[in-house]
Amino acid sequence: MQVVFAAIIGMLYAGAVYMMLRRSIVKLIIGLALFGHATNLLIFAVARLVRYNPAIVQKGDSAPIEPFADPVPQALILTAIVIGFGVQAFSIVLIKRVYQTVGTDDLDQIRGTDS
Amino acid sequence: MLLAVCSIFALSIAAPFLHRIAKDYCAPLLALLPGSICFYFISLAPRIAEGKPVEEKWEWVPSLGANLTFYVEGLSLLFAILVTGIGTLIVIYAGGYFKGDAASGRFYSLLLLFMGAMLGIVISDNLFALFVFWELTSISSYLLIGYNHKDEESRSSALQALIVTGGGGLALLAGFVLLGMAAGSFEISAINQSGPEVVHHSLYPLVVIGVLVGAFTKSAQFPFHFWLPNAMAAPAPVSAYLHSATMVKAGVFLLARLHPSIADTPVFVWTVSIVGAMTMLLGAVMGAISTDMKRMLAYTTVSILGCLTLLLGVGVESALFAFGVLVLAHALYKGTLFLVAGTVEKLSGERNVKHLGGLFSRLPALGIAGSLAAMSMIGVPLFFGFVAKEAIYEAALKATNMSGLWIAAMVVSSALFVAVAILVGIKPFFGPEVRELTVKKAPALMLVGPLMLSVLGFAFFFLPDLLGKYLIHPSSAAVIGDANIIVLKSWHGLNAVLGLSVLTIAIGIVIYRFLPKLGSVSESSFAKDPFGAISVYERSLAGVLRFGQWQASTLQNGYLRKYILLTICVTTAFAGIVFILHTNWKSLHLTFDLRVHEAALIIVMVAAVAILVRASSRLTAIVALGVLGYAVALVFMLYGAPDLTMTQLCIETLSVVLFVFVLYRLPQFIRLSRRRTRLRDAIVASCVGALMACLVLVASSEPADSHLRQYYSTKAYEEAFGRNVVNVILVDFRALDTLGEITVLAVAAIGVFALLKLRPPADTEGAA
Repeated sequence: MQVVFAAIIGMLYAGAVYMMLRRSIVKLIIGLALFGHATNLLIFAVARLVRYNPAIVQKGDSAPIEPFADPVPQALILTAIVIGFGVQAFSIVLIKRVYQTVGTDDLDQIRGTDS
Repeated sequence: MLLAVCSIFALSIAAPFLHRIAKDYCAPLLALLPGSICFYFISLAPRIAEGKPVEEKWEWVPSLGANLTFYVEGLSLLFAILVTGIGTLIVIYAGGYFKGDAASGRFYSLLLLFMGAMLGIVISDNLFALFVFWELTSISSYLLIGYNHKDEESRSSALQALIVTGGGGLALLAGFVLLGMAAGSFEISAINQSGPEVVHHSLYPLVVIGVLVGAFTKSAQFPFHFWLPNAMAAPAPVSAYLHSATMVKAGVFLLARLHPSIADTPVFVWTVSIVGAMTMLLGAVMGAISTDMKRMLAYTTVSILGCLTLLLGVGVESALFAFGVLVLAHALYKGTLFLVAGTVEKLSGERNVKHLGGLFSRLPALGIAGSLAAMSMIGVPLFFGFVAKEAIYEAALKATNMSGLWIAAMVVSSALFVAVAILVGIKPFFGPEVRELTVKKAPALMLVGPLMLSVLGFAFFFLPDLLGKYLIHPSSAAVIGDANIIVLKSWHGLNAVLGLSVLTIAIGIVIYRFLPKLGSVSESSFAKDPFGAISVYERSLAGVLRFGQWQASTLQNGYLRKYILLTICVTTAFAGIVFILHTNWKSLHLTFDLRVHEAALIIVMVAAVAILVRASSRLTAIVALGVLGYAVALVFMLYGAPDLTMTQLCIETLSVVLFVFVLYRLPQFIRLSRRRTRLRDAIVASCVGALMACLVLVASSEPADSHLRQYYSTKAYEEAFGRNVVNVILVDFRALDTLGEITVLAVAAIGVFALLKLRPPADTEGAA
């Protein structure tokens, strides 16, 4: 299980870096989204994968019963997902606006702050 | 001591304001301070002659060994008197030179800044304090050479001087630090008492290199001599003061000051002697074949500096005695000649010796000063220059090695000096009039300095006992210890040294006769660039600039993805090396128990990434990204994170909707990069992927004892009364963080709205 997860996380990172190195600004954004997924999964996998058992306290207990998934990384990832969306939404709209104004999505053509 | 240095600096700051108020009377007023400091130092002379140095200590950064310690012994005293005494006369002279120039407040300010720094150099005992003052003189020299900043030549000469002396300063700093380490102290007085410790230390060769490069650049020794003649772009007072009497002597002063601790090796002796002798000859020859008065004087200064260096190399007692005499004599006559040349240029606009002559009737006072100084430079008896010349011949005769060679070199260069002295000091006044020159009247202030210096050069001949006892002997005793007392004599009687003096003058007059025939040499390329030192300087300067351009355009290229690429490559390479070296691969426990639905999910993810990377249309890419997002959500669900699943599903849906919304306003996908670039990026990306995969494996093989996990899962129900631990963490334990997160989202939403809705005001000019 760990090996497979390590491989898929590695692949996500590879895809993210490859996309970030492209000249098209849209691909750059996609690369960033992939990077987000990869990092979320990295945190998730490093904190141990536990099948099916969320950290939920059953009626009558005072704590979740072992084995249960670590809640701390989950809280972190949840925040990361939401913030990641904020960044993604903003950048999507930004590139749309850049494209409207500059007329290109080739990063090499966007040379100045004035257009 | 500190008061003396600081009061000069304070006056330097005040000078422009004073100049605005006092106008042309400013200079004599300003001269009062260095004048009184000069008298203060003269008053110290009897005490120091008795062998009691004056010390003063102020703590600065004691933990680093940097302190403001001052230590005045004979050598320091001689230089301190020269710096302040000649400084006084120069300030007065500048008052005449810049008469009516409203902007000259800046000049006085810089000149006093230099004076304070130079005084600091000669009386500092601490190496770091000395270095700070040393660099201050380089900087003030730069500003003073470039004083006529509207003239491009001035600026480039100033820069050249700064680069050469500043570069030497760096070497000097390294030498100082190593010297301090070798001797175990950063106080020169303590270093000099440490005996042969430094010489036998393993760092000694580096110390010598550092100190010599520093001293040679400052004192314009071959092959760093070229900046000094070019520095003649400076106004005359600067040339006379910095580039003749004081600053350029800082290098030889330093060598003399450190002489007791570092000089006692063949390496030092031979390097210093040979460089000194070469510089002496080169300077004298170049001086004699030049025709520009200031350049002639500059080259002969280079030559004298070479001679001083040679004397330090010879290093016997009489050589250090001659060192003191020559420093004094040279300051007097060369200072005068520079001021005379500056005055002549200022008043007539001409500084080519070929075109000058017959000025005595119009500038009698200047003529007297010039010819007195020239006689001193020639070494005519009854002038102090004669005493100096006798002293250096005497020293060369007593040299332990190669005595004959040094004497020959000295005679040749002194003979060339005779020609230069006649050309610069006598011919312009008493020679035949060459062409009609309109000469203005000399302001009185401009005559005080030259007259006073030249008369002193005459008077000192008759005061050998006084000078020898209070100035010269203490200065050599400070360097070499006072075992034997050498008495300064004006007249040694008829002996070999006198014969050499006579021979020198005779050869000199012959050279003067034949020099006009050599006149054409001065226009040749040799005169401009002897031994190619300047072209080496220029080529290396151009090389530095080219290198800068290359590295800026390579590293700072402005392409975002190249920055990303470089950052990623460097990080991956270093992290990868550490990983490979330090990971115990056998301790990894690799589990592989995959269930069917999990395997299916993984396959979906792999496929989504593959399609995404190779997508050629925007819609495909967005769909693949969406699929990937949902697959990640499912992963979260399978491994006990239902909250993450819900969030991920919502967010993914929203992203896809947003993407689709703006999809057709987004540019088409086009392959912009070439196949090779894509291949390179793919390799880099694979490396990153492999590294991250290893990271996951290694990290998850470590034991995971999380206190937080324990803490939150037990306290969630007990204290916060929530059953879903993740939710409790977010809205209770870390509620403020969540509030921050909401704020960030709100700001992003405002940004998105602004970008979508607001338009820049329609600009009909088309500027947008």
